[in-house]
Amino acid sequence: MFNSKLITGALAAIAMTSAAQARDQIEIVGSSTVFPFATTVAEQFGRTSKFKTPVIESTGSGGGMKLFCAGIGLEHPDITNASRRIKEKEFKKCQANGIDLSEVVIGFDGIVLANAKGAPQLKLTLEQIYLATAKKVPDPNKPCQSDWCEPVKNPYQKWSDIDASLPAKKIEILGPPPTSGTRDAFQELAMSGGSKAYPHMSALKKTDKSMWKKLTRTVRDDGAWIDAGENDNLMVSKLVANPDAVGVFGYSFLDQNSDKIKGAIVNGTQPTFDNIAGGKYKISRSLFFYIKHAHVGTVPGIQEFVAEFTSEKAFGEEGYLVPKGLIPLPSTDRATQRNNSSSLTKLAL
Amino acid sequence: MTDTSTSMSVSAAPKSPEKIARLKARYRAERRFRFYGRAAIAIAAGILIFLLSSIVYNSIPAFTQNFVELDIELAQDVIDPNFSNDAEIIYAADWQGLIKTSLRREFPEVNSRADKRELYDLVSSGAGDWVRDFVLDNPQAIGSMVRLAVPTSDDIDLLIKGLIDRNLPESDRLVSNKELGWLDHYTAQGRVHTQFAWVLFTSGDSREPEMAGLSGAFVGSLLTILVTLAVSFPIGVMAAIYLEELAPKNRITGIIEVNINNLAAVPSIVFGLLGLAVFISFFQMPRSAPLVGGLVLSLMTLPTIIIATRASLASIPPSIREAALGVGASRLQVIFHHVLPLAMPGILTGTIIGLAQAAGETAPLLMIGMMAFIVDTPTDITSKATVLPAQIYMWANNPERAFLPKTSAAIVVLLLFLLSVNATAIYFRKKFEKRW
Repeated sequence: MFNSKLITGALAAIAMTSAAQARDQIEIVGSSTVFPFATTVAEQFGRTSKFKTPVIESTGSGGGMKLFCAGIGLEHPDITNASRRIKEKEFKKCQANGIDLSEVVIGFDGIVLANAKGAPQLKLTLEQIYLATAKKVPDPNKPCQSDWCEPVKNPYQKWSDIDASLPAKKIEILGPPPTSGTRDAFQELAMSGGSKAYPHMSALKKTDKSMWKKLTRTVRDDGAWIDAGENDNLMVSKLVANPDAVGVFGYSFLDQNSDKIKGAIVNGTQPTFDNIAGGKYKISRSLFFYIKHAHVGTVPGIQEFVAEFTSEKAFGEEGYLVPKGLIPLPSTDRATQRNNSSSLTKLAL
Repeated sequence: MTDTSTSMSVSAAPKSPEKIARLKARYRAERRFRFYGRAAIAIAAGILIFLLSSIVYNSIPAFTQNFVELDIELAQDVIDPNFSNDAEIIYAADWQGLIKTSLRREFPEVNSRADKRELYDLVSSGAGDWVRDFVLDNPQAIGSMVRLAVPTSDDIDLLIKGLIDRNLPESDRLVSNKELGWLDHYTAQGRVHTQFAWVLFTSGDSREPEMAGLSGAFVGSLLTILVTLAVSFPIGVMAAIYLEELAPKNRITGIIEVNINNLAAVPSIVFGLLGLAVFISFFQMPRSAPLVGGLVLSLMTLPTIIIATRASLASIPPSIREAALGVGASRLQVIFHHVLPLAMPGILTGTIIGLAQAAGETAPLLMIGMMAFIVDTPTDITSKATVLPAQIYMWANNPERAFLPKTSAAIVVLLLFLLSVNATAIYFRKKFEKRW
């Protein structure tokens, strides 16, 4: 009973010594979308090199940037993954803390809208997706003025309200929550992208960008869009149970569950591997990771890990990341990324 | 007027009809109450049984694993070209390459790049490790041809277990017709068999479902819990003894008491934030370490232990204290010789319930980096580690289908772990229990 002081003292001593020790294991944080790819590379790297397997935390793109840009030193991570490009604000914070970084693009990820295998095949346009998901849409009952449509609360309850060719089913979309990078990308690519069908929206983008963002990227909150959490496996089983529902998630989950769900055709293009890789499928984004220069050479193995990630056998067309759902870059871009990352080209925004 | 006479006759004379009706109503009320009680228990038990049986049912496929026997030529020039016999060189050989050669020899008609890739996907991308381990154990086998069982890939494994329906059209199936043909070739020769999935217990985390195991998370959980125990048990028990037995009852102890009770109700994520700010940012302790995890969880467990200890100290009859004082024992002797041993069963129960709660916790560990992909099994309390519940969460989020049964299996292991912890608690309680 009396040794509590002793124990706490011993623990504190262990903590002090370990903090002073050098780190021999790469620490990676960031996007949950890049997580499956980064972990695969890390495991391969740990198995085939003399270095320890890197430790990877799935913190989300924003959370990863926050940790990454917090400073230089072994208590901070060496690499952060992101399912979107680094934001200007984050870059400035990094710079303020004296962090030089390199950007590596590893490939593409498609965002799909999918429903149950037995349900009718959805054929959507970006405009229809925008009309189905935005909180405020141009008033359908009032013809647009020359340069302005009055935004009204989204009146569409059924898909057929948007377009007669769509099923007469209630709009029910299960999507990722606001903390997710997939949600950010969906809002940017599908919703803002779909609003381009309205010339007054594109005009608004030039005159009042924050208003434009608010109008095109706010998801409706009247129950038609349901935040279904980050667990996409759960979403797949919800879609199977409810054939009227449509889910929004990354391509790899569609790929793994092709016997249970099917992807909606968007702007006439099926969400297939080739269409996303070729840039034909419209809702796709690039995936990134960022390297902290100051840690290269201090933490062993960073350059070797990056080389493994950007090798043809990993992120190439036949690489081991492809079965995991990564959609590779075109070969010239891959060579550029490889060169940039091996020479640690400094990122400047 | 007749009131007294009727009430007198209650016991002896036959009951009046109203009385019988009232009595019946009372019995009915009691029966109803019994029924409600049973129904409540049945509902609770039903939900528990449904939950457990669905988890156990889903986990069954994860406890077995399919292997395919390959004829592998342990070529000297691939494994150890310079006859160095150096374990390090042998370790780093291209083991997966040997597997690929074996598959190509079995199916010489496969030529195109795409087909070869599909062929290689028949077995696990970690199958080379099995060959490596075999050679490291049997170095004399280098240069010969051996028939070794290596794990199939996750999709083939699911197919053999019937979790992927082979009658589906090819476009909807994760396994192509070609792969089916190759697999059937091995099956026809009796070279595919099912074994117990030892991998689940012997290996650490992996991105390949057929290679992923719980050993890292299990050891991580154990180390974390040990730190929690080492910190929270002595502090908690000392605090409780002081508050219950020695502290004066005044305003300050009153405030402390209220705060301890409040602390027990604080959401666990708050302790995670505190741990991040204090242990990692201020004390510069390492991220993702069982040390920090254990410290954070002991903050969470402390109030539980203090409250349980105080309750069991308070339940010791004052006559025991008075008797000890009466024969001349000091306050300290009364506590350590008499009260504490008698209160021990209750204290241990409270502690173990607190620890079991801590063992199932994920939210505070998220903040301090224990929700991470970590392959190596931790060796001490400062090495990187994750814990069982965090591992369950991460597996549940993996896109590969084969991780679904794995997730359920991990839940079963966690439940068994908690069950054995609780069983130890009951054992100690029974052992130390004294009646008076």
